[in-house]
Amino acid sequence: METTMETNAAMPAESPLYNKRNYLNNGYSLRSWFLTVDHKRIALIYLASITFFFILGGFFAMLVRLELLTPKGDFMTSDGYNRAFTMHGIMMIFFFLIPSIPAVLGNFLVPLQIGAKDLAFPKINLLSWYMYIGGGALALFAMINGGIDTTWRFYTPYSTGHASGYVVTTILGLFLMGFSSIFTGLNFIVTIHKMRAPGLTWFRLPLFIWAMYATSLIQILGTPVVAITLSLAAVEKGLKIGIFDPAYGGDPILFQHLFWFYSHPAVYIMILPAMGIISEVISCFSRKVVFGYSFVAISSMMIAVIGFFVWGHHMFLTGQSQFAGLIFAALSFLVAIPSAVKTFNWTATLYKGSISFEAPMLYVFGFLGVFLIGGLTGLFFPALGLDRHLHDTYFVVAHFHYIMVGGAIMGYMAGLHFWWPKMFGKKYPEGLAQAGAVATFIGFNLTFFPQFILGYMGMPRHYHEYVPEFQFLHILSTAGASVLAIGYLIPAICFGWSLLFGEPTGPNPWNAKGLEWEKSLSPPPTENFSEIPVVTEEAYNYPDAEATVVTRS
Amino acid sequence: MSHGHKSEFLAHHFEDLEQQKESAALGMWLFLCTEVLFFGGLFCCYAYYKYRFFDAFISGSHHLDIKLGLLNTAVLITSSLTMALAVHAAQKGARGRTSLMLLLTIALAGVFLVVKYFEWSTKFHHGIIPGHNFQFPAEDLYGGATVKTVEIFYSLYYCMSGLHGIHVILGIVVIGWLWWINQKGRITPEYNVPVEMVGLYWHFVDIIWIFLFPLLYLLGLHVHG
Repeated sequence: METTMETNAAMPAESPLYNKRNYLNNGYSLRSWFLTVDHKRIALIYLASITFFFILGGFFAMLVRLELLTPKGDFMTSDGYNRAFTMHGIMMIFFFLIPSIPAVLGNFLVPLQIGAKDLAFPKINLLSWYMYIGGGALALFAMINGGIDTTWRFYTPYSTGHASGYVVTTILGLFLMGFSSIFTGLNFIVTIHKMRAPGLTWFRLPLFIWAMYATSLIQILGTPVVAITLSLAAVEKGLKIGIFDPAYGGDPILFQHLFWFYSHPAVYIMILPAMGIISEVISCFSRKVVFGYSFVAISSMMIAVIGFFVWGHHMFLTGQSQFAGLIFAALSFLVAIPSAVKTFNWTATLYKGSISFEAPMLYVFGFLGVFLIGGLTGLFFPALGLDRHLHDTYFVVAHFHYIMVGGAIMGYMAGLHFWWPKMFGKKYPEGLAQAGAVATFIGFNLTFFPQFILGYMGMPRHYHEYVPEFQFLHILSTAGASVLAIGYLIPAICFGWSLLFGEPTGPNPWNAKGLEWEKSLSPPPTENFSEIPVVTEEAYNYPDAEATVVTRS
Repeated sequence: MSHGHKSEFLAHHFEDLEQQKESAALGMWLFLCTEVLFFGGLFCCYAYYKYRFFDAFISGSHHLDIKLGLLNTAVLITSSLTMALAVHAAQKGARGRTSLMLLLTIALAGVFLVVKYFEWSTKFHHGIIPGHNFQFPAEDLYGGATVKTVEIFYSLYYCMSGLHGIHVILGIVVIGWLWWINQKGRITPEYNVPVEMVGLYWHFVDIIWIFLFPLLYLLGLHVHG
């Protein structure tokens, strides 16, 4: 990444639209990148690292989809298949999705959007990248040495008993990655509390900041629990002491409770930041303030809080008491309320808006449809009776991919396209980028919609062989995955092209509202702002907004 | 905003020292929240197994040495006092007294670890090692306790006091670092945030022990009740 910037710095630097003294050319040495405390540079090294893990996770996804082309297990052994989907899950969840939006766009944007020069703790921010990459290196080491087959959930007693491979090493890697995530969240909360520009009150904050705040709360309160839980499992595996394994007198259900206490809220670590991006982009490309701004802001907090009390819906079939099941079911249904508030309010934002269809907005439209399906199918699981039928089938697989791939990654892509001109000061080919958004949408639905039907018909997850009747839907799904891969390749081409040949964009190519667009340059200078900005207006105060806004709470 | 003079302690991205101090304090409190949840997982395990295997827990607990536990509690509370005095001295700008109090805190933390070492090695000597041919005298089993379930108590005992011990060791390292920067004159009445923050951490380590002591050691008193 560094060398491409060096070679092409000459061309746009001629243009008055391109900020010549920016964070990208403030030093070219390796040291100036890998020992930087500039939040924008740390965001970029995160971008490179998580892209690497995304490709790795995608590779394992392709192995899984190839195996499932035929009913017989003729491509991999069942053991190889178990390892493939485990590594897919670990790479995608822990090393791509959880850090994705916070560590890349959050790192880049939080100080810029609130008018600060940097995050509150720049050195801890750098440290968190080293912890992430250290954790990633351990997980890679385990992967190269044959991987593990515990699934990403590390359920005991299997993970602490017979599971082969470097389980303890992988857990150590996740432990490091977890504390990297905690430090990112801690940094954001302190920054948002203490470093807002004068006049930037809580209810003037961009909704992306609200989303990052809610996400950070989950990161600092949820992650330590999974850290201690996985550590105990590692100690049990390594030293054979009894905590969770019934062979030593322990209780494996206790592990599941503690694991899901984090791992359900972890889903909101993935989706809340994406929701923040949707609010920003939909407002800009409708030229309107987000409908019911304060409701959208508070709904992020509601999701974060309620999300901590619903974990039991992963465990209805574990022997958990009927009463606990009933309570968890009721609480799980509650999450639908703030999620629906968001979806309705985004739709209402479009109403009488002046809508345009640039690439980021296409991703938003994709998100709205996909999240609707993903969210509504989520309501099937707290329905206790229905869950008995759908538990551990492809219906579950389809549902969470609708949220995590369709929701979180489409949001991430929308954000990356939206802020790319800010990050690098250059345009990308708009037509090609739009084609990428469409290919992603088609490929995604083709991959995962058939899996709803498969699951409903009874196809269990984690199996590499199946009855021949299911083959047609599996072929559709694998074909869709290929289209989806193209959908991810196109933005890569767009961004590569942009770095090499992109025209300078000027500070505010979308004519958007927000401090990062209005008060900083593209790319921003190292210190972000020439002087600390003073905020005098509400968020998303688009000039033509007053004419069209229906109500404003 | 203009300032008369910029303090040498002010980091480039803060407006003034007040903002910097408040940020550090909020960051530290949030980190302690994280720590509470981190230990919280272990306390959850303890609560659940104590409920399920109560007899085993009082049997295991009764076997621990209350005197040594009490000694360590006193040592750690005293170290919290010396740490608080170090913070006070740093605020007053008494460099020599700050250093002395920090060294005393380290010394007391060291005593705590030495006592812990003797406790653990005695237990190991008697074969009280979960997962490795765990031995427990049958006459010390009360009620429905079995050797297997007492083993769970000891698994938790080693994990909880072990994790706490790791925090004590980390505390010694950061207090040593404080002593070093204090000697180099980087702690002043104007800026002593590092001492205050490490102080918060050290009191937290103390408080965790205040919870561990009754849960692990005093539970065994039920045997006489």
